[in-house]
This record gives sequence, C-alpha cells and structure tokens, in this order.
Amino acid sequence: MKQWFRTGKPWIWLTAGAVTVSLVAVIGLVLMIGWRGLSFFWPTAIHQMTVETTSGETRTLIGEIYDSEEVPIDRVRQSGVELANDEGELITRYLMKIGNREYVPLDFTWVVEPTIVDDQIPADMAIIERTKDGNFYGRIVAIEQQGETVATHGDENFRDVLFERVERAVELHKQGQQLQEGEIGRINFQLSELTLEERRLKLEGKLTESAIAELDAERQRLQAEYQDLEKTLFSIRDSAYRDALMVEDFRGEIVAVPMYRVLDVNFPNDMHLLAKIGHFFQQIGKFVSEPPREANTEGGVFPAIFGTVFMVLLMSVIVTPFGVVAAVYLHEYAGKNPVTKLIRIAVINLAGVPSIVYGVFGLGFFVYMVGGSIDQIFYPEALPNPTFGTPGVLWSAITLAILTLPVVIVSTEEGLARIPSTLREGSLALGATKWETIWRIIVPMASPAIMTGLILAVARAAGEVAPLMLVGVVKSAPMLPVDGNFPYFHLDRKFMHLGFHIYDVGFQSPNVEASRPLVYATSFLLITVIVGLNLTAIGVRNHLREKYRALEQ
Amino acid sequence: MISVSSNSASEKLDLANLTDEQRALEIKNLSLYYGQDRALHDISMSVPKHGVTAFIGPSGCGKSTLLRCINRMNDLVETCKVQGDILLHGKNIYDKGVDVAALRRRIGMVFQRPNPFPKSVYENVVYGLRLQGIKDRRVLDEAVERSLRGAALWDEVKDRLNASAFSLSGGQQQRLVIARSIAIEPEILLLDEPTSALDPISTLTIEELITDLKQKYTVVIVTHNMQQAARVSDQTAFLYMGQLIEYANTDTLFTTPMEKRTEDYITGRYG
Repeated sequence: MKQWFRTGKPWIWLTAGAVTVSLVAVIGLVLMIGWRGLSFFWPTAIHQMTVETTSGETRTLIGEIYDSEEVPIDRVRQSGVELANDEGELITRYLMKIGNREYVPLDFTWVVEPTIVDDQIPADMAIIERTKDGNFYGRIVAIEQQGETVATHGDENFRDVLFERVERAVELHKQGQQLQEGEIGRINFQLSELTLEERRLKLEGKLTESAIAELDAERQRLQAEYQDLEKTLFSIRDSAYRDALMVEDFRGEIVAVPMYRVLDVNFPNDMHLLAKIGHFFQQIGKFVSEPPREANTEGGVFPAIFGTVFMVLLMSVIVTPFGVVAAVYLHEYAGKNPVTKLIRIAVINLAGVPSIVYGVFGLGFFVYMVGGSIDQIFYPEALPNPTFGTPGVLWSAITLAILTLPVVIVSTEEGLARIPSTLREGSLALGATKWETIWRIIVPMASPAIMTGLILAVARAAGEVAPLMLVGVVKSAPMLPVDGNFPYFHLDRKFMHLGFHIYDVGFQSPNVEASRPLVYATSFLLITVIVGLNLTAIGVRNHLREKYRALEQ
Repeated sequence: MISVSSNSASEKLDLANLTDEQRALEIKNLSLYYGQDRALHDISMSVPKHGVTAFIGPSGCGKSTLLRCINRMNDLVETCKVQGDILLHGKNIYDKGVDVAALRRRIGMVFQRPNPFPKSVYENVVYGLRLQGIKDRRVLDEAVERSLRGAALWDEVKDRLNASAFSLSGGQQQRLVIARSIAIEPEILLLDEPTSALDPISTLTIEELITDLKQKYTVVIVTHNMQQAARVSDQTAFLYMGQLIEYANTDTLFTTPMEKRTEDYITGRYG
C-alpha cells in the first residue's frame, strides 16, 4: 500500500477523477439544458381527452402534454380529487397545455391519469398560433370570407385553401408590421427630432419666424407622408380582416378565430417524421428570429440575442484598448516599486468585487453623473426627458468593461512578460524608440494573450445579469439599439438581454408553466451565443498564435 | 598555437596613435557599475575604421558589456551606471541630449541568438527603414536586395521574401538579422557572439560574411572563440575581470603577446 502511494498513482487517479467530475458536470448540464430546450420545438401530439370530474361528469380537454410526473396518491387525494381505484402509492399526472386563453382561466391544467376515460389523437386537430391569447387548439371546420363559408372540413382541397389563406394573412401581417416599424417608425423618429430641433432653437434663441415656418413645412410634409402610409396600413388591415377560421373547440362549440391574428396553423397529429423535422427547424428559426409576444411568454427572442451580442461586442471594443494600454504601462513603463505592486494587487482584487457593486457604481457614476452631464451639455432640448442620463446599452457596455478590465490587464501583462527580451533589443538596436518597439513588435506579439483576456472577458460579460438590471436591461425594448434611422447606432437606448430574459420569463412571468420550456430554450441559446462568441475569439487567437509564434530556440 | 589567417595581416596600424581619419570610435576611461559592482575598469581604446576588432576573454570578463556600451544598450538595465566617454566623431555618445535612437541607427548590433521579428523576411529587412518613415516601395525593394546580398542571403531567400522569417534556418536567420542591420547603413556594426548558437557550417558562412562586411563597415565582434577572433579580426582586445589587458593587431597579439595573462589565455591555461 505504501509502495502504491509512493508510485504516485493515487495522485494520478485523484487528478483524473477531478477532471472527470468537471467534464461530467459540464456535459451533463449542457445536455440537460439542450434536451429540454430543444424538445420544446419538436411538434408534440394534440390529445383529445375525456376526463371524469369529481362530480362524476365528464369533460373534454384538447391540448399538448407538456410534462408528466409521478406523485404520491395521498397528495392528489388531499387536493380534492376522488379516485376510483387507488392501488399503489404513486400515480401519474400530466400537465396539459390547453391554450384557448380567452375561454379558460388558465391555459395549463393537470390531469390525473386514472380520471382519463378516453384519450385520442385525432389527425385533424389543429394548433393555431396567434398574435394574441396564445395558441388555439381545436378542429377547424370551416373557413369564412366576410361571413360566407368558402371551404368546409371534408372538402378535398380544404387544407390547400386553408394554408393558402393563412399564408396570405401572415404575409399581410408582416407587411403591416414592416410598414409600422420601418416607414412609420422613421416618420415618428423624424417628427420627434423636429420637436427637439424646435426646442433647441428656442433655447438658443434662434427660433425666428423663418425657422418656425421651415419646421412647420417639414412637419406638414411628414404628416402628409404619414397620412398616406396610414391609409396603406389601414387598407392592409382591412384586407387582413377578410377571413376567419371556424373552429370547434374543446367544449364542442364552434368559435370564430379571426385570420388576421393567425400566425401559423399546424396539424402535428398528421405529420410524418420528415415534416416533423422540418417543423422543428422552422420553429427554432422563428424562435431566434422573431421578437417576443404577449409579455415574453410567446414568440422568439431575437431582440435579446441581438442585445446580448451587441452589448458584448461594444464592451469588447471598450475594454480591449483600455486593458492593453493599462497593461503596457504597468509592464513596460511603471517602475518596479511597491506602488506598482500595490496597483497590480488592486487590479487583481478588482476581479473579485461582486458584480452588483459594479452595477450600483455604473448607475450612480455613469448613468446619473456622466449621463446627466452629457444631457445638460449636449441634449438640453430634450430635458427633462433624459437621453443619456438613463440606463442604456452604452452604460451597460462600459460597466461590464470595467468589470472585465482586470482579466484583460492580467492576461495581457502575462503575454508581455513572455516576449523574449532579445526581440526588444533587436528592435531598439535598429533605432526604434521604446514606443515604436512596443507598438510594432511587443503588442502584436502579445496579441494572442490579449485575445485570451478578451475570451475570458466575453465569457464573463455575456453571462452577467445583475449589474445590467441597473444600467440598461429591460424586459421588453420597443426598438433595437441599431436601426435605419440616423445615426444608426442608438447607444442611449435600453436593450434586451438573454440572461435577463431567462430571469424575466422564468420568474416574473404571469404564466410560469408556459414559460418553463422557454427558459430552457433561452438558456440553451445563451450558452450557444457565449460558446459562439468564444469560438470566434479562440479562432482569432489561434490564427494570431500561428503568426506570432515566439522564438522557441 | 593559433594560426592567423592572411586577411588580418594587412597593413598594421599603430593602435595607440590613430589619426582622426583612421579612427571610428574612441573609448576613454570607461567604467561601468551594476549597482555596487564594478563591471568595467577604466577602459581606453580606439577602434579603427573599416576593420574588424574582436573582444576576447573568458566568460564574465565584461566583453559583451563593453560592446553594449557602444550603442548604449546598457541603458535598458536599470541599475547600470556608466562613467567615462565614448567618442563617435569626437562627440561623446553619453552626453545629455544625445538621441539614442539616432545613435543606434549609426551603430547597428547583432545578438548572440538570431532574433528575427515575427514578420516576413521582407518586413524584417525593411523594419529599420520603415521606422525612418520610408514608404516608397521601390526604395524598400532595392534596400532589401542590397542588404540581403550584403548578408550573402539573397540567393537563398529571393523566392520567398514573403515567407515568415521563422521558416529560415538558424544560420539564415542570423544572416537575416545582419541584413536587417545593414539595411539602415550604419557606420559601425556590433556583433555579440554572432555564431555561438550556430552550427559549424553556418559559422563559416558568417565568418566569411564578416570579412566582406569590413569593406563598408567598421565591425566590432565579441567572441569566446579565439580561433574565430584569429580568423576574422584585424585587431584584438583581451579583457579579463573587467579590465582591458591587451589590445593589439591580431597577429601580434596571438603570436607575441606582451602580457603574461594574455599568453595564458590564448594558450588555454585558463578561461
């Protein structure tokens, strides 16, 4: 035994074991989140169940089975459910998403297995995605056009007519939205700019008659343009109102679902494997490319992805020069004395400060002090409405840049220390000054180390939520920080963030059950985004490493 | 005994009484301290133009330190302090207000290990010229060819000027570094044990190159290899424990050394 210890084998086992545990933990986590998140997009069957209620009557439920769990029979009984046969201790209960929000108090319901009298998966069950009130489940019996039936269930080409009309409705919906967000958004933006311009002129005392006339003319022109666009919008809407779907719902009643609200109609019970795979990827595509709807419980997360990536890139652009310059000073210029040592220790310790502290600092210093001052100086016409004196994407990026600064400084310094002194001397001997040597030789050679620092910084910043809640993240941002209106980058705007989105959907949502799969999907997406950003940075670093391979002689 | 090649047996100079015409550099009462330790003791000597001057001596005798004084490389060492003068064209290079970068353009240096920059062969050669702000592609191209020919490297690399300098062999890298130094046309070229990291064949190539270089430049070379000093140099200075023991024409020093310590060293009794 003693001999075995002396061979060092236990040590190898210990270290290998530690690596294994970490690997299993990481892979397990990613697999779990990935599985739960991705299975959300897989089309599931729509069940039509007949369920016995406590009073002995039966009712019908139509919906998807979201989740199932084994629960002790006692707990079910305590919650007031009568069970006929109570053999065994555990029974299965299902969480069903029954949708149809306007007709039921909650669009989720639990069903205890023994109460199910009948369970079918009818092929003609449709799931209708809508812009409002969530999904609608039911059997589409007819399509109406301005109150007149144009096709009924059982017609040969019923589905063709259905899909054709759904496509038309979706297309009109898209047109309307594009008009609203694009042209009408631009006009609104320009109108508010005009108001600001007028106030600016007034403040500067330059609001002359001619200026007023000019502004008014411009305003009129825009308003006329707006009227035109509004007319187009209304005509689009009117034609969208044309159709309606007549759907038999879970109560057996036939209700009208107006077509202008329909985003998609699917028959998951009638899909073969290939169609399901297609649907799966289509749903993922929608999730990553569409904005959220209905208080983030439906729709996609595109603004959050965009916000996260944009903020992280902005942060990288800010943190890299600062970190590199600071590291160059510390390593190349600062004297080797206790003060430098102290600064270095302070920098390293900065990495250990809780992130919420940075959030508070960012809010107090950047948002209120710096932003407030900027508003006073550059945007007095907008006051008392703040422009930069309110949380926004710029302040978030700067706050996170400070948060990640130590990482960049430390790894850059390590990179600088690794560069052989012979290269410095070689450059100096050719008549380069110290500055020229640093700029032309040292910093390029340290660039892989700088990238390492940046990778760590990005990994930390992309996952950080707490400080952002104070300095710029919101639950729902009406506009992206980048759009087609001059000056294109609106750094004063608030933004959405995947990390905050997870928190918001998972814990602040009115409908927690509905959002759970969304939380997994969003988490998986956040991990994917971080991994993607990191892989990009690692790719760049490897390229640089190859280029600046140090002298290894 | 060490044989002295014919190339060093050219006209003999009176090293103690060089005219200003003949002199490239004059070192006067030079002392150097690393903190409290005195590394060089009161060294005085004159380096003649268009010749190869070798510094020899055992490890730690201060020969590299002396060489690095000539282009003020020792400025990089924080604790280092220099007393005495080094005169270049009658002006002390340690005077206040001397532009060190400009000085180093006039006095080039090649180090013990090849230290090409992580750039292409071409960019390595033009580095010094780019520092001077030269951007004209034709001037640069011409300088590259001239320097690489001057360093006897042109034929080997002319087809891969854009390849990384690291792809060259050690000997080629060292010649590239020499080419880089002569691209900015210095007056004096300092070589700090330029062949100590190289194989015998590369060493031979570099030695032949040094003989060619002295046509245009004044070369000062530090070497721990006495045979090398004998082969390539015209004058040799023997340093021991930070002191200049003997400085003479190479064949004189190797055949009839004045000092006992010199004789002991060149006959291998110590060092």
